[in-house]
Amino acid sequence: MQEYGTDVVAGVTPGKGGEEVLGVPVYDTVEEAVEMEDANASVVFVPPAFASDAVMESLDADLDLCVAITEGIPKHDMIRVNRRLQEVDTRLVGPNCPGVITPGEAKVGIMSGDIFDSGEVGLVSRSGTLTYQLVDSLGSRGIGQSSVIGIGGDPIIGTDFIDALRAFEDDPETEVITLVGEIGGSDEEQAAEWIEEHASKPVVGFVAGRTAPPGKRMGHAGAIVSGGGTGTAESKMTALKDAGVEVAETPMEVAEKVEDLV
Amino acid sequence: MRLHEYQAKQVFADAGIPTPEGRVAGTPEEAREIAEEIGGEVAVKAQVHVGGRGKAGGIKLASTPDEAYTVADEILGMEIKGKLTEEVLVEEAVDIDDELYVGVTLDRGEGEAVAMVSSRGGVNIEEVAEEYPEAIAKEHVDPAYDLLGYQNRRVVYGAGVDREVARDVSGVLDTLYTLWSGSDADDAEINPLVVTGDGDVVAADAVFNIDDSALYRQPELAEMEEEAFDDPFEAKASDKGFDYVRLSGDVGIIGNGAGLVMTTLDLVDHYGGSPANFLDIGGGAKADRVRDALSLVFEDDNVEAVVFNIFGGITRCDEVAEGINEALEEFDELPKPLVVRLTGTNEEEGRKLLTSKVEVEQSLEGAVQRTVELAGGDS
Repeated sequence: MQEYGTDVVAGVTPGKGGEEVLGVPVYDTVEEAVEMEDANASVVFVPPAFASDAVMESLDADLDLCVAITEGIPKHDMIRVNRRLQEVDTRLVGPNCPGVITPGEAKVGIMSGDIFDSGEVGLVSRSGTLTYQLVDSLGSRGIGQSSVIGIGGDPIIGTDFIDALRAFEDDPETEVITLVGEIGGSDEEQAAEWIEEHASKPVVGFVAGRTAPPGKRMGHAGAIVSGGGTGTAESKMTALKDAGVEVAETPMEVAEKVEDLV
Repeated sequence: MRLHEYQAKQVFADAGIPTPEGRVAGTPEEAREIAEEIGGEVAVKAQVHVGGRGKAGGIKLASTPDEAYTVADEILGMEIKGKLTEEVLVEEAVDIDDELYVGVTLDRGEGEAVAMVSSRGGVNIEEVAEEYPEAIAKEHVDPAYDLLGYQNRRVVYGAGVDREVARDVSGVLDTLYTLWSGSDADDAEINPLVVTGDGDVVAADAVFNIDDSALYRQPELAEMEEEAFDDPFEAKASDKGFDYVRLSGDVGIIGNGAGLVMTTLDLVDHYGGSPANFLDIGGGAKADRVRDALSLVFEDDNVEAVVFNIFGGITRCDEVAEGINEALEEFDELPKPLVVRLTGTNEEEGRKLLTSKVEVEQSLEGAVQRTVELAGGDS
C-alpha cells in the first residue's frame, strides 16, 4: 500500500505498541493511532476469530472507512457488526474482499496494483480474482478504471452494490459502471431496482455462477443458490437486463460492451 | 454444514423439543431391530440432503419389524436425485392431525435473524411464501435484544395457530431461536411440526445448518461433520481444506478465488462442455496444495480433461508454475490432459517454467475452449 502511494500513518497490533515497521509507528489500539496520527481509515487483516472485534474497534474510533480483508468471519459476528454499523458513520467495505483502489493514486487493500490502469470505468465486484480477470480483460482493450471496489463475497457485508453504485454515480471520474455479481442473496436484484430509478451512467453487468447447483456453497460464504431456487444467476441477470443493464456472458464480452460505451 | 435429519433431531431433542423416538440404521437388520424396540408402526426415512425425499420414494411406513426390514432394504442404496442413500432413520410413525412450519433463519439482506411460523407446514416453505404469503408470519430479531416474548407470540398468533397448541408452538420457537443463536446456525427449522390427534406437538422433520466459518467454536457440532457429507470426494476435499463441489460433467476445474472458478465453470458450459467440479485452491499455490488438488480431480472417473486457471495477484505465477512442476514430478505421464492458464504477476516467467507435460494457454477463454475440446465434448 505504501509503495502504491497510500499514506500509511500507523499500524495497530495489541501488545506491539511502541515498535516501528517500515518507518511506521505501531500502536496498541486504534484509538491511539487516531489520536496520535490522525488516521481516518483502517484495513483489517486480523484472523477470522478476532476480526469482528477489530472492525468494531474501528467503528468505535469513528474512522471514515474500514476495509475488512479477512475471509471466514462467523456470520453471527457480522450480525452484531451490521447492527453497530447502523449507529455510526463509518463506511465498512467487506469483509472477505480485496479492498478499494483508485489506480495511480491510492489503494486500501491487497490487490496487486500493477494490473490496474487509470481510466473511466468504475468497477464493483463481490469477488477478488474475478475482479483481476475483468480488469485484465478491460486492459486488453486499453480500458482503465476510475476506482475499483471489492465489496466481498460474504452474505453480510458493509458497503453493498447500491452504496457503491451511488458512489460511482457521484464520482466525476467515472463514466461507465461495471457491476460484477455472483449467485446468492438478492443484492443484484436490489441493485437493478436502484439502477432503473437512479442511474444516469451506463452499467455493464456480469454474474458468476450460472452453472452452480442449488444448495451448494460455491467457495464464498455468500455464494449459494438456496434449495428453493432463490439467488440464481438467471434471476439476477434478468433483473439487471430489465433495468437496462448490458449483461455480458463472458469476461471478454464485458470488455467489448464497456468499449462500446466509453 | 448441513446436519442430517437424525443429527438435527438429536440436537433438538436434547434441547427439549419433542421428537419421535428413533435411531439411524445402516443395514436392513438394524432397521428391523430398531422397529422391534419401538413397537408399532414406524417411518423409514432416507438420510440424504435433498428436498422432496418423500416423493422420490425415500420415506416409507412399515407396520411390522419385518416390513421395516423390507422397506429399509429398498431405500438403502437408493439414489435420490444423484445422492446415494447410506443410512435410514427408523422412527415411530406420527399421528398427524395438523402440520405447521416453525423456523429461524438468517435474512442476509437485513443481516439479522428472522423467526417464522406458518400454518401451512409439510410443504416447501418457499413455495408457500410465493403462493400464500399471508400464511407465514415473520419477525425480524434485533441481535441486541434477541427474540422477545411478544415477538414470539405475535408470529404464533399471526400464523393462525390453534389456541390449544399455541403455547407449545411458542415454546418450540423459543428453543429453536436459542439453538440458532447459540450454535452459530444458518437455519434451524422444523417442517412439519406435527400436531397429533392428542393435541401434542412433535418435530417430524428437522433442519439444522451451521455456519462453516464458525465450526471452530462449535466443537460438538463439528464432530458430526464427517457423517454429514454425502459425497466421498467432497469429504476428502474438506479434509484438505479446499472449497470443492462435485458436479456431474467431465471437465475438471481448478482455480484460485471463488468468483474466478465459478466463471470458469460458466465458460466451460458456455463453450459446450460440462463441468465436473468446482475447486478453489485458495491463495498461494504451493506444490503440495497443487498436488492434492490435482490428485483429487484426477481420481474422479467422470473427469476427461482438466483446466487449471490461476490469476496471480499477490500470488506470483513463477511460484505457481514451480508448484505445478513439482506436483507433476510423480507422474511419468499425466492420467488426464491438463491445460494450464497463468496470468498476472510474473506470468511470462511462469509460463516458461512450466513442464511440457501440460498444455499452456494465455487467455481464460482459450484455456477453457481447449479443455472442452480435449474432454471430447460428449459428457
